Amino acid sequence: MIDFVRALGDRSLERLASLGRASIMWLSAIWGLPRWADVPLLIKQIYNVGVLSLVIIVMSAFSIGAVIALQFYTQLSRFGAEDAVGLGLALVLLRELGPVVTGLLFAGRAGSAVTAEIGLMKTTEQLSSMEMMGVDPLRRIVAPRLWAGVISMPLLTAMFNVVAIYGGMVVAVNWLGSDVGNFWSGMQDSVELWNDVGKGMIKSVIFAVVVTWISVYQGYDTEPTPEGIGFATTRTVVISSVMILALDFILTLSMYGEFK
Amino acid sequence: MSEAAARDTAQDNLIEIRDLVFRRGNRLIFDGLSMNVPRGGITALMGPSGCGKTTLLRIIGGQIRPDAGSVLVRGEEVTALTRGELLELRRDIGMLFQTSALFTDMSVFENVAFPLREHTELPEDTIRDLVLLKLNAVGLRGARDLMPSQLSGGMSRRVALARAIALDPCLLMYDEPFTGQDPISMGVVVTLIRRLNGALGATSLLVSHDIHETTGISDTIYILDQGKVVAGGQPSELANHASPRVRQFITGSPDGPVPFHYPADELAYDLLGGALA
Amino acid sequence: MRMRTVEISVGAFVLAGALALTFLAIKVSGVNLSRSADSYVVKARFDDVAGLRLRAKVSMAGVTVGRVSKIEVDMEYGEAVVSLEINGKPGNLSADTGAQILTEGILGARYVSLLPGADEETLAEGDFIEETQGALVLENLIGDLVTRLGSS
Repeated sequence: MIDFVRALGDRSLERLASLGRASIMWLSAIWGLPRWADVPLLIKQIYNVGVLSLVIIVMSAFSIGAVIALQFYTQLSRFGAEDAVGLGLALVLLRELGPVVTGLLFAGRAGSAVTAEIGLMKTTEQLSSMEMMGVDPLRRIVAPRLWAGVISMPLLTAMFNVVAIYGGMVVAVNWLGSDVGNFWSGMQDSVELWNDVGKGMIKSVIFAVVVTWISVYQGYDTEPTPEGIGFATTRTVVISSVMILALDFILTLSMYGEFK
Repeated sequence: MSEAAARDTAQDNLIEIRDLVFRRGNRLIFDGLSMNVPRGGITALMGPSGCGKTTLLRIIGGQIRPDAGSVLVRGEEVTALTRGELLELRRDIGMLFQTSALFTDMSVFENVAFPLREHTELPEDTIRDLVLLKLNAVGLRGARDLMPSQLSGGMSRRVALARAIALDPCLLMYDEPFTGQDPISMGVVVTLIRRLNGALGATSLLVSHDIHETTGISDTIYILDQGKVVAGGQPSELANHASPRVRQFITGSPDGPVPFHYPADELAYDLLGGALA
Repeated sequence: MRMRTVEISVGAFVLAGALALTFLAIKVSGVNLSRSADSYVVKARFDDVAGLRLRAKVSMAGVTVGRVSKIEVDMEYGEAVVSLEINGKPGNLSADTGAQILTEGILGARYVSLLPGADEETLAEGDFIEETQGALVLENLIGDLVTRLGSS
């Protein structure tokens, strides 16, 4: 029993210490970028985390939009309310699925890649050697990846939403034959710029910060062995996903809880 | 170089370590270690695996803080430097890592150019010339466009060496430069270390457990054991050292004061299956 | 050369993201930047607004002419006071305009329908609409029906 309590205390202290290290890393990296010379680094990382995630985002978005439209249509047509498909689709995507699914896909595609890359750099002493050359790896390696994630993910989310709405339109209008005018006007009547689009984007920025932070930190804190990299990559995806879902609930509650 | 400076070069120690204590967890890695690295020579640090040789290099480079003791590099107390001063100091230190640690996403040329681009404002032409000169010095000028994954182990170590000398450092540290090399590339590395030390007028500190190569090129050798320097001097003196542990290490006998077997029960007893226990 | 492709694709990526955001703003949420500038508010009292939401549409002859901008309750009279944001400049609604709360479809959203008046005078900013009819509440209707059937 005592052992159990002791182990628990040990674990908690460890977690706390790791959280502290992560925060320090994050702060020093965030301050580390505003230099013109580092812009090419940032561009390269936006390419790595943003452009390379595009295919998976677009493909998932299209099928998710199509599926939601199909479900809405079959349910709503029982009440003769097919015209609300566009509205329902847009609200579900903008408020919830867009930011959340993009976040999950981003964690799986870009987050894990960043963790593995930084972990490998650590294992092969690239980070140490950079430090020994008098170059701060936080500035050179970590900061561009953090910023690239925070810049890329909201853009990916916006693209996700557009593609998903388009996918839904293909199903509802071109296939099932609901009216294209009603599809769009139902949306435009009820979707609000700030309350739906804006708040969804805020969610996405928050998820971006969380996911990139987790993936960079897991890479930076990897145990420098091949198994260590494997574990760290898994941890990135698991922790990011859980954090996104939990945070989404909290954010939804505080944003829409009172139906403002 | 002024006369005074020349005299300093002749007399001073570039690195002076006094009473260094370092713990990792509960393990005492260094227990009052003291040593000097004279300017201009090649100093080797030898010892059995896991005795903290690499750790010592990292302490000298300021990557790890010791628990106690003083480490003077160029007369500066490394343990008391701020982060900025440390980065400054490290520009004058070139380090060759055991795994070469080339940046995998850059070509050979960019790897060698990296310290120059980070620390100098030189125009692109000059950087190109300097990089080609450094690559020429290690014989890999023709490999400039290859990526690190296309290099053999020996070649990547030479590229790493070219990168380490890119800023003409006054101290070069080598972490196990001979490990995992075939005889030819080992010979190449040995020659390069000696030649570069002379050409740059730098001081070299070498960590290794390869007796033969190390004794061949070093001016001074320190032997580390159980957290202390147990012997130090010129290679010839050490072979006739009084301590049997040192002699066992130098001659490389498998059994001696350092036992071949990890502590265990008698073999016969163990084979009978501990059924008796 | 390779770096160039990276730069170009990142540029295209950022551009596509910006376009997507614009699309969401204009095509999906239907932002019309000039609308909010040209509108005024009139008020109406209803005895029951059950089911009416903020930002529900205000229509006349089936055409949307504004939005519900505020719903309050007047405790003294036990009535709901609804603010209607009407597009355009004051002067396009006559003073005896009527308002009633209707339902879109059977289970659809509630909205405010304006009935045109004939008065020469017009409603100004903050004026009240006199002629109103509140929402039909299904429970009340059924209750009415039951009482009548019982008494007959």
